Amino acid sequence: MKRRDFVQLAGLGAGAVMLPGQLTGNAIPVEALLAPGMDIAAKKRMADVALNTAKSFGASYADARIGRYLNQYVFTREDKVQNVTNTESFGIGIRVIANGTWGFASTNNVTEDGVKKATEQAIAIAKANAKIQSEPVKLAPVKSLGEVSWKTPLQKDFKEIPVSEKADLLLSANASAMENGANFVNSALFMVNEQKYFASTEGSYIDQDVHRIWPTFGVTAIDRSQGKFKSRQALSAPMGMGYEYMDGLSSEKVESPAGFNLFRKSYDIVEDATLAAKQAKEMLEAKSVEPGKYDLVLEPNHLGLTIHESVGHPLELDRVLGYEANYAGTSFATLDKWKSKNFQYGSDIVNLVADKTQEGSLGAVGYDDEGVACKEWDLVRNGILVNYQAIRDQVHMIDQQESHGCCYSQSWNDVQFQRMPNVSLEPGKEPYSIKEMIKDVEKGIYIAGRGSYSIDQQRYNFQFGGTVFYEIKNGEIGPMLNDVAYQSNTQEFWNSCTKICDASDYRMFGSFFDGKGQPPQISAVSHGSSTTRFNGVNVINTGRNI
Amino acid sequence: MAIYSKEEAKQLLEKALSFSKADACEITLNGSESGNIRYARNSVSTAGHRSNQTMSVQSSFGKKSGVATIDEFDDASLQKVVGRSEELAQLAPENPEFMEPLGPQEYLDSKTYVEATAKINPEYRARVASDSIKPAAAKDVTAAGFLNDSAGFTAMANTNGLFAYNQSTDISFTVTMRSNDGTGSGWSSRDFNDVNKFDAAEASAVAIDKAIQSRNAKAIEPGKYTVILEPAASSQLLQNMFSAFNARTADEGRSFMSKEGGGTKLGEKIVDERVNFWSDPQHPDVPSAPWNGEGQARKKMNWLENGVVKNLAYSRYWAKEKGVEPVPTPSNGIMTGGDASLEDLIKDTKRGVLVTRLWYIRTVDPQTLLYTGLTRDGTFYIENGKIKHPVKNFRFNESPIIMLNNLEALGKQVRINGNLIPYMKVRDFTFTSLSDAV
Repeated sequence: MKRRDFVQLAGLGAGAVMLPGQLTGNAIPVEALLAPGMDIAAKKRMADVALNTAKSFGASYADARIGRYLNQYVFTREDKVQNVTNTESFGIGIRVIANGTWGFASTNNVTEDGVKKATEQAIAIAKANAKIQSEPVKLAPVKSLGEVSWKTPLQKDFKEIPVSEKADLLLSANASAMENGANFVNSALFMVNEQKYFASTEGSYIDQDVHRIWPTFGVTAIDRSQGKFKSRQALSAPMGMGYEYMDGLSSEKVESPAGFNLFRKSYDIVEDATLAAKQAKEMLEAKSVEPGKYDLVLEPNHLGLTIHESVGHPLELDRVLGYEANYAGTSFATLDKWKSKNFQYGSDIVNLVADKTQEGSLGAVGYDDEGVACKEWDLVRNGILVNYQAIRDQVHMIDQQESHGCCYSQSWNDVQFQRMPNVSLEPGKEPYSIKEMIKDVEKGIYIAGRGSYSIDQQRYNFQFGGTVFYEIKNGEIGPMLNDVAYQSNTQEFWNSCTKICDASDYRMFGSFFDGKGQPPQISAVSHGSSTTRFNGVNVINTGRNI
Repeated sequence: MAIYSKEEAKQLLEKALSFSKADACEITLNGSESGNIRYARNSVSTAGHRSNQTMSVQSSFGKKSGVATIDEFDDASLQKVVGRSEELAQLAPENPEFMEPLGPQEYLDSKTYVEATAKINPEYRARVASDSIKPAAAKDVTAAGFLNDSAGFTAMANTNGLFAYNQSTDISFTVTMRSNDGTGSGWSSRDFNDVNKFDAAEASAVAIDKAIQSRNAKAIEPGKYTVILEPAASSQLLQNMFSAFNARTADEGRSFMSKEGGGTKLGEKIVDERVNFWSDPQHPDVPSAPWNGEGQARKKMNWLENGVVKNLAYSRYWAKEKGVEPVPTPSNGIMTGGDASLEDLIKDTKRGVLVTRLWYIRTVDPQTLLYTGLTRDGTFYIENGKIKHPVKNFRFNESPIIMLNNLEALGKQVRINGNLIPYMKVRDFTFTSLSDAV
C-alpha cells in the first residue's frame, strides 16, 4: 500500500500526520495483545538452532532476533471513532557473516525446520554476495552478556487499558476543540510494544520489552468568506513511556512565554486541543511576517526537529561514508573535519550528546539490536565535532574499538543497521529562564512545535517552519505571526547559538516514524533541549497569492 | 510460491466467504515475491528476498465493521480469521460513513504483469549492480544504487457477488554516481512493469555522465529563473498537486480546491491551457490496476483539460452525500507532452537552469500548495541554447499551480514512478537560497 493510500484509509486527510506505508503485522482482537507469546526457553532454543546452523555452514558470526511486535492505533474524527487497529507480527530474523560478507533472511515459521531453512538462506545470500564484495566486514569486539533483560519503565501498559477509554479521551479532546471554534479535528493515538529476543554467537541472550506512545491531532479552522483555512497540530511529543503519558499531570506542565501550557512527561490532550482550536482561529487573522533577520527563540518541541535534521542525520557514520548516498544522501560533516579536532560545528556553548538511555525517550533500550549495551557519548563538545554514531561493523573506520550501541531494525523481517540514537542539546549551565531569555531579545520570533522541514542531501541548507509563531519586540512577546519559515546553513546556524535556558526548561521532542534505508525502515527517536536562542537568522515569508 | 492464479484465488476467497455469518463480508487476498539488491562505495552492501501473502477480512453488521488479517490459508485459519473479524465488528462503534460492499463490477483489461519480470533471480540483480559499479570505477566515479523487483497479485470478493483479480510485476531502479573528488553527483531512475525495457548500463551511464559534467559547480544568485525540469524533477510536485483533487476536502473548505465564499474550483481554469492531465489504467507505457481497494472500476479519467479542472475524486460515501457518481482516485498520472527533446528545449533557451531532480520536498502552505525542497544531482546553467556550466544547488519555494501557469514549453514524455510526465520549460521558477550540497 502506498503511503498516501494509508492516510486515506485512516481518514486523516488534510493537515494530518504522515504515516508509514505499512501497518506491520496481522490484525488481531484486542485481548490477543495480552497473550503471552512464545516463552523465553523456547526462544532460546530457536535462537540456538539459528546460531548452530550458521556455524555449521561456516559462518564466522551469527545473530538471531525473535520479535513479537504489537501495535494498537486509534483514529477519530470530530465525534466519530474511525478506526481501531490491533496488530501482531511474530517471526525471526537471522543475520550471518560468511566469507566476510553479511547475509540476512527471516521467516514467520519459528520452528526448528523453519529457522534452519532461513539460516541456510542467509548463508547462501552471504556467499553469493561475497563474490562482488570488496570490503570484508570487520566487527568491533563486544562483551558476552549471558542472559540479561530490560524493560521500558512504565506505570500503565497500554494493552491493559480498554480501547473505549482511549477513544473517549480522543473524542473529548475533539469535542473541546469543536466547542472552541474548530471546524474539523482529527486525532490519533499510536501505541507500540516491541517484545524482542536477541542471541548471538558472542554468547549474549537478551530479552527486552519496549513501549512507545504517541497521541496527536490536527485542528482546522476555516474562513469560508475568504476561502482560507489554518491548521494547528498537537504540541505533544511521542515518548518511550506507558499510557501514563496521557494523565495530563499539572506538575508536568510548563508555561510558555506566550501564556499557554507546554508539556514535559505528561500530556493533557484536552487542554492542548482546546488551545489548538483557539490558536487556529487566531491564525486566520494573524499578521504576515516581515521577512528579514530575526533572533529566534526556539522551544524544545520545535528545536528537536532542527536537531534531528541538522545534527542527528549528518553525524550518522554510514551517511558520512557514502552508504546512504543513493537515498538520504551523504554528509557535510566529513572525516577530515572530525580528524582536525577543531571543526566548529556550533558556538562554544553548544554541547550535543547522543544516548540510548534517557528515561522516557523513544530511543531508550538496554541493548541495541546487535547485543551492545547502550550508553551516552558526545557528538559535539564546546562547539567542536568530536564523534559520530557508529555500530559494530563501522567503528573501526573511525579508529575506535567499541560500538556506540545504536543498531536497530524496525522488525524481525528487516535487517538491522545503524539508526539515530537520541541526540540532545545539553541545557545551559547557569540558571536562565525562558522569561529572562525573552526579556533579552529586541527583535525576534518565538517558535513552538514542529512544522514544515526540508534539508539538503549533505545537510547544509535547511528551511523550517513551526506550529505557532509569536513576535518578540523589545523584550516582550507580541501577537501571533503567520507565514514564517527560517532558512539557514547548519554550521552557521549552530554558531549563531547565543543562549540556552537551564535544565528546568528541558523537554523532549520525538520523531515516531523516522525513515531511512532502502527498502525504507522506520525508527523512533527523541531529542531533548531547553529553549534556545539563535541570533540573526534569515526568516522568509511563505505567503502567496494565487 | 505466493502468487495464486485467478481460479485459485477465486476458490480460496469463496471458501473463506462460505464461513461468513455477518450481514456483509469482503475479503482481499494479496501475495507477492520481491527481491532487492543495494550497493554503495562501488560494492554490494545488502540484498534480500521477501515472500508475502495476506488475507484481510472485513465483516460488518449494520454499520459496524471489523477487520482481521491472516497469512495462513488452511480451512481452520480461514474460519478463524472470518470469526475474528466478526467478533471485532460486533464490538466496534457504528461508523456513520460505512458503505455496503459493491456488487459485481466490470473491469478493463490491463497488462500489468510480465512473466520475465517475475523470473528475475539473484544473479540478475548482481549483474545490475555490476553494470553500475564497473563503468563507474573505470571513470573515477563511485556508484550507490538500489534495485527492487516484485511480482504479485491482488484479488477480492464479497458477499454481494463482486470478484476482482489482478496480477502485476514491477521493477524500480535508482542510482547515484558521485565523482571521487567529491565535487560532482549524478542520478538516474527507471521503473517498468517489463524488465525487458530496462537497461542498467544505459541508466548508469546517464548518471555517470551527470556526475562528471556537474563537477566544480559555480554559484549563481538565487532568484527567479527559467527552468527546464526533467520529468524526475516535476513529478513529485505534480503528484502533490493531485492530493488537492479531492472533493471532500474541497467541499469542506480546507483545500486549494476550495473557493472563496464556498464551493470548489471544479470547472475552473487553474493553469495554462496547454496542461492536460489524465489517468488511464490501460496506457501501454504505464499500465496499472483497473480497480481499487474497494473494488471500484478504474477507467480513463480526465483531471485537467486545457488547464480546466474536469474532475475531483469522490469517495463512495462523499458521492452519496453529494448525490453524484463516485470517482475513484487514479492509479497513474499522464501529462500530455510535445515532440521536443531535451536538447531541443535547451537549444531554445536563452538563459535558464536545467534541473535533474528535486529533493526533500515538503509542504509549506497547503492553502496555496506551496512546497519547498532542493535541486540535486545535476543542476546546470544554460546560456544561448547551450549548457554553459554546472551550478550549485538551489532551495526552491514554489507552487505547482504557479509553475503550470508559467509554462513555456512541453517536451517528450518519460515514465517516472508509474506516471508519464513530459520535460517542461517554466519561467520564473523561484529559487530562494543556495546550498553547498553536492
